[in-house]
Amino acid sequence: MLETLLPILIFSALALAVIGAVRRIRLWRQGRPARVDLLRGLAAMPRRYLVDLHHVVARDKVMSNTHVATAGGFVAAAVLMILVHGLGLGSSESMGPILGGLLLLASAAMFVGSLFVAKRRRNPPARLSKGPWMRLPKSLMAFSASVFLLTLPTLGILPAGTGSVILALALAAVLVWGLGEMFFGMTWGGPMKHAFAGALHLAFHRRPERFSTKGGEGNRSTGLKALNLDDPKAPLGVETPSDFTWNQLLGFDACVQCGRCEAACPAFAAGQPLNPKKLIQDMVVGMAGGSDAHYAGSPYPGKPVGEHAGTPHGPIVAREGTALVDAETLWSCTTCRACVEECPMMIEHVDAIVDMRRFLTLEHGNTPGKGAEVLDNLIATDNPGGFDPGSRMHWAADLNLPLIRDLGQVDVLLWLGDGVFDMRNQRTLRALVKVLRAAGVDFAVLGNEERDSGDVARRLGDEATFQSLAKRNIATLSQYRFQCIVTCDPHSFHVLKNEYGELGGPDFNANWVVRHHSTYIAELFEAGRLHFAPWKGGRVTYHDPCYLGRYNGEYEAPRNVLKALGIEVAEMQRSGFRSRCCGGGGGAPITDIPGKQRIPDMRMNDVKETGAELVAVGCPQCTAMLEGVVDATAEVRDIAELVADALVERPAGSGGSSDSARPPQSASGTRPVMKEVTS
Amino acid sequence: MRPDAQTTGARNTGAQSTSAQQDGALEVAVLVSVGRHPVTGRARRADQDARGVELALSLAGARISLLHAGALDEESESALRGYLGMGFPALTLVEQLPGADVIPALADRLSAARPQLVIAGERAEQGEGSGMLPYLLAERLGWPLVGGLAAVEKVENGVATLLQALPRGQRRRLQVRLPAIVTVDAAAAAARQSAFGPAQRGEIEAESAAVEWDEAQPEWNVTPARKRPKRLKIVKAASARDRFKAAAAKAEGGSGQVLTDVTPEQGAEAIFKLLKDEGVLR
Repeated sequence: MLETLLPILIFSALALAVIGAVRRIRLWRQGRPARVDLLRGLAAMPRRYLVDLHHVVARDKVMSNTHVATAGGFVAAAVLMILVHGLGLGSSESMGPILGGLLLLASAAMFVGSLFVAKRRRNPPARLSKGPWMRLPKSLMAFSASVFLLTLPTLGILPAGTGSVILALALAAVLVWGLGEMFFGMTWGGPMKHAFAGALHLAFHRRPERFSTKGGEGNRSTGLKALNLDDPKAPLGVETPSDFTWNQLLGFDACVQCGRCEAACPAFAAGQPLNPKKLIQDMVVGMAGGSDAHYAGSPYPGKPVGEHAGTPHGPIVAREGTALVDAETLWSCTTCRACVEECPMMIEHVDAIVDMRRFLTLEHGNTPGKGAEVLDNLIATDNPGGFDPGSRMHWAADLNLPLIRDLGQVDVLLWLGDGVFDMRNQRTLRALVKVLRAAGVDFAVLGNEERDSGDVARRLGDEATFQSLAKRNIATLSQYRFQCIVTCDPHSFHVLKNEYGELGGPDFNANWVVRHHSTYIAELFEAGRLHFAPWKGGRVTYHDPCYLGRYNGEYEAPRNVLKALGIEVAEMQRSGFRSRCCGGGGGAPITDIPGKQRIPDMRMNDVKETGAELVAVGCPQCTAMLEGVVDATAEVRDIAELVADALVERPAGSGGSSDSARPPQSASGTRPVMKEVTS
Repeated sequence: MRPDAQTTGARNTGAQSTSAQQDGALEVAVLVSVGRHPVTGRARRADQDARGVELALSLAGARISLLHAGALDEESESALRGYLGMGFPALTLVEQLPGADVIPALADRLSAARPQLVIAGERAEQGEGSGMLPYLLAERLGWPLVGGLAAVEKVENGVATLLQALPRGQRRRLQVRLPAIVTVDAAAAAARQSAFGPAQRGEIEAESAAVEWDEAQPEWNVTPARKRPKRLKIVKAASARDRFKAAAAKAEGGSGQVLTDVTPEQGAEAIFKLLKDEGVLR
């Protein structure tokens, strides 16, 4: 009886799954067109899954092994089950025992995996979604156990007539449950949807360059994509869920609701009304139409679930009242990319948030807080503070900085950033100038020709102002010749390095070598051009700026500089790619969405936990945010300041120029040999 | 303060209430100019005019038209689009050459369009900037004018209830029969953000108009404005509390004296003594 029942069950489940898949694909195709290489994407998908996705999942070893057993077991069991029970190959003489045996193995592995899934679901951490996800381990067990038991008679391990008809029917019923969850639920919106949408999302990802290839690592691909402002018909950002490109919608649908983003999000931790996981789920709700009442995870802090609803072609943010998402949710984001870094499904949260912000700013004209004022200042004075652009160099009146306009060509163009108007950052800049002079670097500055890089305007959604600033900066920069740009502002660094390139034209090549000052100082030290006195201070920790670390992958150089200074960094629990944001990015201090606590306060608590007396930073925003913390236990100093303080002159007798006979000191390893300067 | 003080337009016959009133919508024209940023001098939407537009937008059921008299070039276009970005599909440009007196053209346009309420800023941010334009327009049209508005509270039966801003945050409620010209100053609500999308899509509808030259202006000698010297405020405070009090204190004429029933000689003497005491005369 089972021989006739099983194929019917299996193939009807598959047929339903195909119907569901077509429906799901039609949901995604509501989105705008995007240029995607479909075939190449599909071909690259297995590698993206096995290498890149696994690289993220493997940060949690137990969960990674659990997933390998469960997912691997399921994929193998599903294929083998179709062969053995669906097509009846299990009874064939030659193949039967092999296929059946493999099926037993696969379903057993899946069962073991699902036991671990069940274990994690017994006391699930707050970041995990509940609701239908709580039944998933049972469904996995139902599927794997029933397949295992139903395969036993096929192989003849148990005689075909074992048990009663009732037992066989009961088993078949359990199998129906399992099949329903695994095949039907996969395309009709159950928890297993993540497997179907996730696989296609990896194949058709909007940033294919993110992924590694056989040739090497993927690049980080963190620059925002430009809007076409010349075409009056091109939409300015995203108003409705269907304004996202289809592969963005597909990406939202891939979310597995693991909540790793939620755990990493600084705004969520500060009690601001943002939860990246909920935001992605809201986009899924909007794409299909409906309300968020069925969402079973942590809500946006302070916003109960069930009050928001949307449709694919309805607004995401209402001008008045509520729609799918409230504007303050979008403005809470600091664009720190912690969510993107943690996401095992490679979802691009920050892109989506900026897309929606663009609409709010460019079409609604509704940038909250001081946003409108800052944007007006950027338009009128090329800096966010509204300062006279002619006073850019006032801070350096006594430094006699060479202007590139007078020289035309230098080795290093020092990009100062808007920190020139900030008295705190002026100290950093002075320190950096001292360091460059000590190393004998041939450098110059743009002086009053420099403008804001456009970073803040872009993160606030004002693509028009960003492009206006960027194009004028590109035109200025292209007049001069230099080998590289050095800046102490990671935001300018990121924009110059990763976001200007797209805006350069045939006349202007906007791809330069750009270095953060920590990278450049590390290079100077390694070349033996800097010499430091030994560190006499206390414990030091280092705070990774988001735009240097997660955006540009530079974790090592600042640490190498600190090591060269003789400082042993007492790492915070959240450092490196998991560094917690200072709260200063993405225009968050400008829009200033209230929460329960402040992000920089939490970060200074992280610093306190290390017992450090000093926190080294490499970003003017971080300096400002962390220094604004009341009753801080640690002093905040930029790496350039620490280096400038430790500078000593070249030890006597080692020659004058940089090509001295002394072998260059290695930044990693040995402590630099020091001598007192006697004369 | 006189609540509900009545300002009546002396020359307003009241017979000018227009046909536009019949469909219930309040016709409002806002005069907008090309502003000049105080720091960089770049063209922008003028602050007070933008506040005027914001005031118009606060009127329920108003039909708002934006009106600019001047020349259209790259700079002025970007500034005018700043007003469109506040959410308008179009702006009317009465074409005038540089050096023209825009008042006749504006007056012709207004008397033809017959808006009930005309809103303007106190003074332009560039050019003559005398602040005379609304007055000269009101004189030409024979409409009442109210200056320094903070808000329009309501418009009923051809009468507008206005809130006029006085120094130190005081307000005076006035009623004026429409049509009228009102000007707003910095006490009015700040203008909303100008959005790029509507600003780019908005139409600038140019209308040609007769040009009358401003004959007085070419004879003038224009020099950059100089900052007036400011009296140094010397705070002799020993404690933070004293410094705070000094910073928060209102300007007070502490040592002043009121002279009444004195001869011109005594008055002149008192002024002379004060100037000597203050070190203006030595």
